[in-house]
Amino acid sequence: MERLRIQYAKTEPLRYTGNLDMQKAWERTLRRSHLPMAYSQGFHPQPRLVQACPLPLGVISVTELVDVWLDEDISLDIIEPALIKALPPGIEIIQLSLTGLQEAALPTQVIASDYLAILLESISACELENRIQRLLEMSQIPRERHGKTYDLRPLVEQLMSIPEKDGYIAVFMRLSAREGATGRPEEVLAALNLDPMAARIQRTSLILKNN
Amino acid sequence: MVLSSFEIKERLERILLRVQKPGRYVGGELNQVEKPWDSVYTHIGLIFPDLYDLGLSNLGLTILYETLNNRADVLAERAYSPWLDMEEMMRQAEIPLYTLESKHALADFDMIGFSLPYETLYTNTLNLLDLAQIPIFSNQRSSQHPLIIAGGHACYNPEPMSAFIDAFVIGEGEEVIHDIVDAYQIWKKMGSTRPELLKSLSQIWGVYVPSLYSPRYQPDGKMIGIDKLLDQAPYPIRKRILGKLPPPPTHFLVPTIDVVQNRISVEIMRGCTRGCRFCHAGMITRPVRERSTKEIVDAIQESLDNTGFEEIALLSLSSSDYSQILELIPEVSRRFAGQHVSISLPSLRIDSFSVDLMEQLKNNRQGGFTLAPEAATERMRNIINKPISTQQLLETVRAIYSRDWQTIKLYFMIGHPSETLEDVYAIADLCKAVIVEGRKVIGKRANLHVGVSTFVPKPHTPFQWVACDRMDQIKAKQQLLKKELTGPGMKYNWTDPEETLLEAWLSRGDRRMGEVIYRAWQLGAKFDAWQDQYHLSAWQEGFRMAGLDPDFYTYRQRFLDEIFPWDHISPGVRKSYLAKEYQRSMAGTLQPDCREQCCACGVLPDYAALRRQYPGKGWKCPDVSPRRTQPRVLSPES
Repeated sequence: MERLRIQYAKTEPLRYTGNLDMQKAWERTLRRSHLPMAYSQGFHPQPRLVQACPLPLGVISVTELVDVWLDEDISLDIIEPALIKALPPGIEIIQLSLTGLQEAALPTQVIASDYLAILLESISACELENRIQRLLEMSQIPRERHGKTYDLRPLVEQLMSIPEKDGYIAVFMRLSAREGATGRPEEVLAALNLDPMAARIQRTSLILKNN
Repeated sequence: MVLSSFEIKERLERILLRVQKPGRYVGGELNQVEKPWDSVYTHIGLIFPDLYDLGLSNLGLTILYETLNNRADVLAERAYSPWLDMEEMMRQAEIPLYTLESKHALADFDMIGFSLPYETLYTNTLNLLDLAQIPIFSNQRSSQHPLIIAGGHACYNPEPMSAFIDAFVIGEGEEVIHDIVDAYQIWKKMGSTRPELLKSLSQIWGVYVPSLYSPRYQPDGKMIGIDKLLDQAPYPIRKRILGKLPPPPTHFLVPTIDVVQNRISVEIMRGCTRGCRFCHAGMITRPVRERSTKEIVDAIQESLDNTGFEEIALLSLSSSDYSQILELIPEVSRRFAGQHVSISLPSLRIDSFSVDLMEQLKNNRQGGFTLAPEAATERMRNIINKPISTQQLLETVRAIYSRDWQTIKLYFMIGHPSETLEDVYAIADLCKAVIVEGRKVIGKRANLHVGVSTFVPKPHTPFQWVACDRMDQIKAKQQLLKKELTGPGMKYNWTDPEETLLEAWLSRGDRRMGEVIYRAWQLGAKFDAWQDQYHLSAWQEGFRMAGLDPDFYTYRQRFLDEIFPWDHISPGVRKSYLAKEYQRSMAGTLQPDCREQCCACGVLPDYAALRRQYPGKGWKCPDVSPRRTQPRVLSPES
């Protein structure tokens, strides 16, 4: 048995594919690759496949992580071409590695996540900067999600505006992604009084504990 | 002004996150075919007029998508009905209906093909034409507009939709679609008029161009007949079939969101020899043609390699009747079991043989075991020609429960001709007997799910003459079952009687029904197949505005010599045979499986030339010895 870690980009064709369906997309990719994916024991065996951190619907990513367990020890030289041949539109492999079977589960290793939101609505750089400053100066940002109130402020670790090409302007944010304390980029945009649905959001980095 | 694909993409990005399940509206699935727009001569839009979630796996469109895109001179792209939230957003943002592949507006295509497997998609079809900014009525479209064609089982009575569709395909689409494309390309090269195009399409075997015919009615609304408006228009319009089934599709689209029937489907045979008298599919898909075991197994392997799906459905109208089933199932089981693949085999006969078959396919993902006795008394079974003894059913369920299945699903139908409350009580009694058997074998773990639909008389079946049950009768029968089918382990499902009513109006409708459909759509009817979206009052108002009596279509017992609105469409099975079958039904006489002995339904003489072209075992009509005493009548086949 070995544990394969796949670093990949989730691109436009899978932009509107949620977390559960991403799981299915990986499962089918591995089935097409004919690699010996390991299944859980029991009455309803499930493929052993663990994603690092769910991506909100509509967000693409330059770096995602998933761990897959294989029943046999196979070298990366063999895995790589088999996997690449089987990829669906929307997944691009960045790096493959083998990792310790005993290593902690991926989701527990993630501590933060970087996002870049390119704004489709027009706003001046100055106005955006003001809003960002005001948000950062707040000690609390009470927000409601699914009927529960929470404080967004401690989840925002970094926030800044960045000029983009074609005259667009973007918001960069580093948000906490610890279990039970995960910041959502669209919530931050809303707190900045921006329309989260008029933004092209991508995850640019996943921060793991030991990094 | 039609929006460019670039403009559509730009506008889409601003609305997609505001709707439920935006993954429905973007395409990009594995095995999607994308060709540069200008690299082909003919652009075809294929539409399933309901949600993506339901349409993606439609096998008919899967076949057409693959075969059309295999042509270098053609591209075929898909569209489905947007859900209400998305439609509202699209209309607000003035986004026309577009294809998922290239995001081109449907109005930019040369040809649009609608899949119409059932009648409750009619209003959606109108709605999509409107959303595509294409005139809804055929006679308002010009050479500038796409040609609108439709096919599927509902089209065997094309009349209700004939004002909206330029040409219908009657029968199987695999070959005729290419004939249609060829004719279209020749017409386009010649730069000729739209009527010329329709004329040339009408000359293709299996194509019905409704504008070349005009129906006449008696003062009481019954048909006198249908007149040809063009000498060379065919009469009758004979359904198109293939002598041999082509290789099945293997490049299934793999959706990026969860959809219904998210799996590989392989048709193991087409047609059915059982002759159940209520069954539309069983009559119109004759003759039976089988695929070889090797072809099926190879197709499964190839499809698994192409898709990575974890579920396979082996499709047919009656799996137990596939002649090589004893070879196929062990082979499928040997090749694919242990690969975490689940295999379903629907439409099994009610006998222990079926349990043996299912046992071989059994795997850890199994659901319930489904059987469709349809009726519970011997009298009723003889009327519908589905003879299964109660004893045999009980033996079968005992075998099923004792081999580790905990849930059995039984399907029945109420409203069969001459059905009484006793026949309905018998359904309840039978179900109770089944659960008692389950208790004996596995105790309280035994479950029984009972699905009871309501019979709708369909064109081209022996029951096309009969009246439907009235609403109060249906409700009384459903009430009775609801009361009786309770208790631990028992679950009862029924069809909304209002939905049945709509299906009954439309399935035996005539050309005048087009106005009702149009009015109902204008009044807001769409997604009629969705129980929560159904607008009965819009339909009633539609009838009123069209000056038609809905009861005329549903509650009227037809005379045996009545001329029907669909009489000019020939499915091979003859009206005289259907009439004979209807009379046998009323006498309670069974008609044996026609594999054993030809029942002279009309398919063999009608397709004699095709049969000669494809001799051998694939075609399951028995050999018929030629009559010695009479000279043989030549078939009208060209």
